[in-house]
Amino acid sequence: MSATAVGAHGHADSQSMSIGKFLSTYVFSLDHKVIGIQFLFSTLLWFVVGGLLALGVRWQLAWPWEDMPVIGSMLYSAEGGQIAPEFYTMLFTMHASVMIFFVIIPILAGAFGNFLIPLMIGADDMAFPVLNMLSYWFMWPAFILMTLSFFVEGGASAAGWTSYPPLSAIAGAAPASNAGQSLWLLALIFVGISSMMGSVNYMTTIIQMRAPGMTMFRMPMTIWAMFITAILQAFALPVLTAALFMQYLDREFGTGFFVPSGYVVNNESVGAGGGQPLLWQHLFWFYSHPAVYIMILPAMGMVSDMIATFSRKPLFGYKPMVYSISGIAGLGFIVWGHHMFMSGMNPALGMTFMLSTMMIALPSAIKTFNWLGTIWGGKIHFTTPMLFSLAFVSMFIIGGLSGIFMAATPIDIFIHDTYFIVAHIHYVLFGGTAMAVFGGVYFWFPKMFGRMMNEAWGKVHFFLSFVFFNGTFFAMHILGAGGFPRRLADPYHYETFKHMQPLNQFITICAIGMGLSQLIFAGNIIYSLFWGPKCGRNPWKSNTLEWTTPSPPGHGNFDFQPIVYRGPYEYASPEVEEDYYLQTQPPPEGADAEQSTEDGH
Amino acid sequence: MNRFWTILFLLVPILGVATFALAPVYGHWLPDDFSERGVNIDRLYYFILYLTGAVFVVTEVVMFWFMWKYDATKTDEPTKFTHGSHKLEIIWTIVPAATLLFIALYQMNAWADAKIDKPDMVPTCKVVARQFEWRIQYPGPDNELDTPDDIYAPPNEMHVPVNEEILIHLESDDVLHSFFLPNFRVKQDAVPGSMIPVWFRATEENEYDLVCAELCGWGHYKMKGRLTVESREEFDAWLADQARDNMATQETVSQDSEDQ
Repeated sequence: MSATAVGAHGHADSQSMSIGKFLSTYVFSLDHKVIGIQFLFSTLLWFVVGGLLALGVRWQLAWPWEDMPVIGSMLYSAEGGQIAPEFYTMLFTMHASVMIFFVIIPILAGAFGNFLIPLMIGADDMAFPVLNMLSYWFMWPAFILMTLSFFVEGGASAAGWTSYPPLSAIAGAAPASNAGQSLWLLALIFVGISSMMGSVNYMTTIIQMRAPGMTMFRMPMTIWAMFITAILQAFALPVLTAALFMQYLDREFGTGFFVPSGYVVNNESVGAGGGQPLLWQHLFWFYSHPAVYIMILPAMGMVSDMIATFSRKPLFGYKPMVYSISGIAGLGFIVWGHHMFMSGMNPALGMTFMLSTMMIALPSAIKTFNWLGTIWGGKIHFTTPMLFSLAFVSMFIIGGLSGIFMAATPIDIFIHDTYFIVAHIHYVLFGGTAMAVFGGVYFWFPKMFGRMMNEAWGKVHFFLSFVFFNGTFFAMHILGAGGFPRRLADPYHYETFKHMQPLNQFITICAIGMGLSQLIFAGNIIYSLFWGPKCGRNPWKSNTLEWTTPSPPGHGNFDFQPIVYRGPYEYASPEVEEDYYLQTQPPPEGADAEQSTEDGH
Repeated sequence: MNRFWTILFLLVPILGVATFALAPVYGHWLPDDFSERGVNIDRLYYFILYLTGAVFVVTEVVMFWFMWKYDATKTDEPTKFTHGSHKLEIIWTIVPAATLLFIALYQMNAWADAKIDKPDMVPTCKVVARQFEWRIQYPGPDNELDTPDDIYAPPNEMHVPVNEEILIHLESDDVLHSFFLPNFRVKQDAVPGSMIPVWFRATEENEYDLVCAELCGWGHYKMKGRLTVESREEFDAWLADQARDNMATQETVSQDSEDQ
């Protein structure tokens, strides 16, 4: 299999490259590594867009109705440099939509999943390379539609990233809800198609294409996490896709799935109606709650690999880690109602969802203890990827614990729709996932491009991101405890929230600092791409299969047939001299291979 | 340099606890609570705050300690070549599981009290949310809502008597809204097409903010109401005033229509 694949479309490094060759190698490539890198750069660019939108939100919350210096007059000349309230609702809607659907989900599954899965399981490529290429190119209609939506009349979607009807379902219910909302729905349908193609591919590849000796329980945690994530995607996405189509039909054809009968919004008749706004919330969260795990599980997997590598010690409790990821995936399907405690859903149902939600905190706790167990008794190397991984654990503890507050239904009555929720989601998705992504970029960059990133600047980037991140988001817990509501263009005309403006100004200054520190990251990537020191196959002395390939790996990945003899975390094994033990390294003469490979109890 | 990073991680629990300890000193904390059920909610909030706070401090400090002790450039200990511990896994599965189960069961009464055990009484008023205001309507002399003698308050003005059970019928005219009284720990989404009951009991006379807490369009931020809690006598007098005003308006309206 490996040999034929190399023969079929190899020779990427040929000197005289025609345009067709260039296109098929770097643009419409079938190679999972190129596709992964395409995903990486596309999502990083959207990361910039999403970040700038967030800074717009922060500006308004710190200095409402004040002219934005320099760029204000360019952006909103009509309002004389101010952010109009309808523009503000668009800012936070698009910030969340871009970050979730164009950054976090595709950067984990699309970029890291694509790049790492075949390399880490010892395959020459994905099971379905064409499908893989399409999964990237189906993101482009989404990118284009979403970009276009900023320029249509009324602007981009402003109904919140959750797009709750009737606000979202009725064209003209608000300035928010014009053509931009329909484009938003279509864009998300394309993202869904892309994710679905990816997840089918990942499942098949992981089940079918593992190298000889790579049993399921010898797979690195990254792969386990990608596998479970793919299953989650495959089961949850159809529900979202159906819901998106229904909302689209509501808007364009007046089907009224989510619109009750007989009422008028903004002097617009609403058509037949007969629907239920809560139906959307159930369908939306039936996908979007599992999606929360789609946005964190792969990060957990990557962090597990990095922590074991830089602690020079086997991952603590490999199997319990696998079981807890599976547990999260299973429970993840029966907790969606905790987003709806205040929605008017039957409150008795709220109790049931509280119970299942409390229980889903358990696997996360188990994982945290196992990460701590991994660094216990190891030899910790404080590299940039390790610092980001440790930050992941430290921040995930906060994000996980704050989740218990909102899982408790009586407390949720008070903190629901306040900044407590905003703090929680950012501790999980920025303090958690984004930290893991930063770490992952520093860790696998040498494999992707054959050059190391600059460690010193990496640490400066880490320090600034870590400090400013906490400055930005920790204080939001305090805002939330004060009842400070989300999504208000000007909260300060309420007496209850008047005194919170100085704290919001502090948060905004930290957020600007956090944004600026990412310039160091961008600079480091660009510099290292061209001038970073070249590296060998295994710069981190890690165990997993991707480190046995050349950096960067050629088409077909492996220049030998990998055979796997043991699990991925045999650091400091007494069997060998070095403190690492590649999965492909044959056991020394006389050693009992079988015994050494099973995870010991 | 490794020590620097380790201490940076130690700052997380130190500054974290300090932030929560100092916030009330600077006036940033739960808004004052003037309701009976809110006391329960606050008590549960503190219970979970102390519990998670303890877990937070312990795990973060343990993490710091491991980073300090097992720094590769400082430690002489040989690496512990272990793949895990059955005993530890069982302990740290069962203890959190039991704790979480306890938390969940412990919350249920307060939740039932706030959202399930609806008081059996004539509703105090009906609140209809619409873009971007609150309309409040009181039953007239017949003590029934949605009859011709209903009394309409001016938009965004809600009055309730102190120390009495208040039952509200919450509805929406257009999109989703959320009826949020921060000082009473009351929040409930208003859903078009449904009537949702909301109840509370205010314990102190004053004026309070009524906040819309669910995105309802561009004017969401300005959908602000005022809740006045007053004595039964003041409330009755205010309601009688409103009834008179309503009557006067109706007469002008009917005169206008006769003129046409």
